[in-house]
Amino acid sequence: MQRSLDHKHAAQTDVPWEALRSQAHALKADAIAHLDELLEQFERRFVERGGEVVWARTAAEAAEAFVGICRAHGASSVVKGKSMVSEELRLNEELAAAGIEPVETDLGEFIVQLAGDKPSHVIAPAAHLSRQDVGHLFTSKLGLEYTDDPRALSLAARAHLRARYLRAGVGMTGVNFAIAETGTFVVVENEGNGGLSAAAPPVHVAVMGIEKVIRRTADLNVFLQLLARSGTGQKITTYTHHFLGPEKGKRQYCIIVDAGRTALLADPETREALYCIRCGACMNVCPVYRRAGGAAYGSVYPGPIGAVVTPKMVDPAAAGVLPFASTLCGACKDECPVKIDLPLQLVRLRRASVSAGTSGRGLERRAMGAFVRAMTSVRAYERAVKWLRAAVAIGKRSPWKPGPLGAWMRGRALPAPARQTFREWWSMRP
Amino acid sequence: MTVSRGYRRGEPVALFVPCFVDVFNPEVARAVVTVLERVGVSVEYPPGQTCCGQPAYNAGYWPLAAAIAQRFEQVFHDYPWIVTPSGSCAAMARAGFAHIDPSSSAASIGARVYDFASFLTDVLGVGDVGARFPHRVTFHEGCHARRELRAVDASLKLLGAVRDLTLVDLPMAEECCGFGGSFSVSFDALSTSMGDAKCVNAMSTGAEFLVSGDPSCMLHIDGMLRERQAPLTTLHLAEVLAET
Repeated sequence: MQRSLDHKHAAQTDVPWEALRSQAHALKADAIAHLDELLEQFERRFVERGGEVVWARTAAEAAEAFVGICRAHGASSVVKGKSMVSEELRLNEELAAAGIEPVETDLGEFIVQLAGDKPSHVIAPAAHLSRQDVGHLFTSKLGLEYTDDPRALSLAARAHLRARYLRAGVGMTGVNFAIAETGTFVVVENEGNGGLSAAAPPVHVAVMGIEKVIRRTADLNVFLQLLARSGTGQKITTYTHHFLGPEKGKRQYCIIVDAGRTALLADPETREALYCIRCGACMNVCPVYRRAGGAAYGSVYPGPIGAVVTPKMVDPAAAGVLPFASTLCGACKDECPVKIDLPLQLVRLRRASVSAGTSGRGLERRAMGAFVRAMTSVRAYERAVKWLRAAVAIGKRSPWKPGPLGAWMRGRALPAPARQTFREWWSMRP
Repeated sequence: MTVSRGYRRGEPVALFVPCFVDVFNPEVARAVVTVLERVGVSVEYPPGQTCCGQPAYNAGYWPLAAAIAQRFEQVFHDYPWIVTPSGSCAAMARAGFAHIDPSSSAASIGARVYDFASFLTDVLGVGDVGARFPHRVTFHEGCHARRELRAVDASLKLLGAVRDLTLVDLPMAEECCGFGGSFSVSFDALSTSMGDAKCVNAMSTGAEFLVSGDPSCMLHIDGMLRERQAPLTTLHLAEVLAET
């Protein structure tokens, strides 16, 4: 994580970084505010090019549509470029259930698929595994003689995958940017697997969330300068594919997925979360993500952006936990290339959770009520100070350390109330 | 930090002492008074004050936080300058009040609240407060002061002018100490893991003192240093500047 971050900071210095961030934020604000118009424009232009659009309200609908396309074309396997939205669709499980083999071709996704695991980071899916882990995995699953040399492991994966590209009936990619003006779309990558997945099979299916549409080709100038730098510290990704419609004799579909995004869109306070360009910088810098790891978030999207989008977009049950698993340090906000105010989004989610009753039940609510009473009356405050002095004195000596007291004291000494408060000292000042 | 106008000699400055400083670290507030009076500022302490409401705001109890913010506004209503030794409380007043209710009177008082370091450098235009502290020191800036108030430069400028003080850079200074209010107990394993890194980094400098502008961070970091019996004492910036 730190190396990605250091590379990012080094790469930022050769472009007007802050101006780009502000421009990107404004471009996304405009696109998201006009999403309906731009999506329809994209559809028209894409269809004019010979593409086919499928609209999916839910993840399940999108997965069903995908399977339907595979069946219609008699595909027995699908090669996949990296796609986080395909995780929302549970696409691999749905394909397998339909008797169609999903083949992850992004090296990190390939590793994670072999391991029967899930991606833990939006651009580095196998970040939670060491090269020794991968070495052992390839030995047990691919019969490779053990090595932990990254180059040898990559070449082994490449050899394993090459025939699969050529056999697949359908190739799948995600979409980084869909351009309304032209009906074209852009996919960025470093390994070349996305391009090959799209080009080798006779059918290309691109799956995208509704928020990926931007207004003009010229807008790419801003986003492409930000995206690779933010993700890996590269000035540009190895490949930037522009898909201009299906090649002659081939089919190209675009499945446009809502899957809860309109819930974020509907509320002007949460709309900003849709500006995300899935770079991963927020989780690279987050001290919580760096210690807990992506799997701890229990969601397709981890890290700060995951904590922000998951409750409303994916899983309401997360609302009582994910937004609270943060110190609101703001490091993510400083890194975000599109200037999403992630800490503000998190604290608003906390407000929503408390008022909906999904957090802050019982003891916490009562304690907060008592705290506020003490803070809105000097007499109550002074009584509370006396109580606190007694509580700390007892807490230090007592073997029974309930709830928060015990949690504090696991690794920390209790602070000692001073013999005289500042208030008392000031009142006795000549 | 953008300042609306300069300080006029003789104007009263109200001191805001957050609840936890009042109770746990009153010496920090006493040091603020010492330094401000030394540079010729008349300090007042409106007695009805209590809290900025950040614990309620951060925990999602916004109507309760609004009540505390309202009280803050009433208590400090007449003062053009409000100074506090807590970076996180200053940030709460400056930004949090407006997030709760942009049209409230509390939202507009935020612009008059300053953290101690920024008040000295940006409002008073003072970099040298005549302090002497012949020790090896490292500095931790709280996240709110660092990112919302952008107060690091102010603090470093003030420390740089202290006679005989040796300032050593804190490794990974930008990483959060892990306090985060209720996070410190709701997610105590993560909190102490982050605090541990902060302690290890601080101890690696060989400093005798870990200085900060954020007493809330210090409750947590100090708690961890005491538990480790570390040869490092925590001090607030004001306490260093008060020494002559």
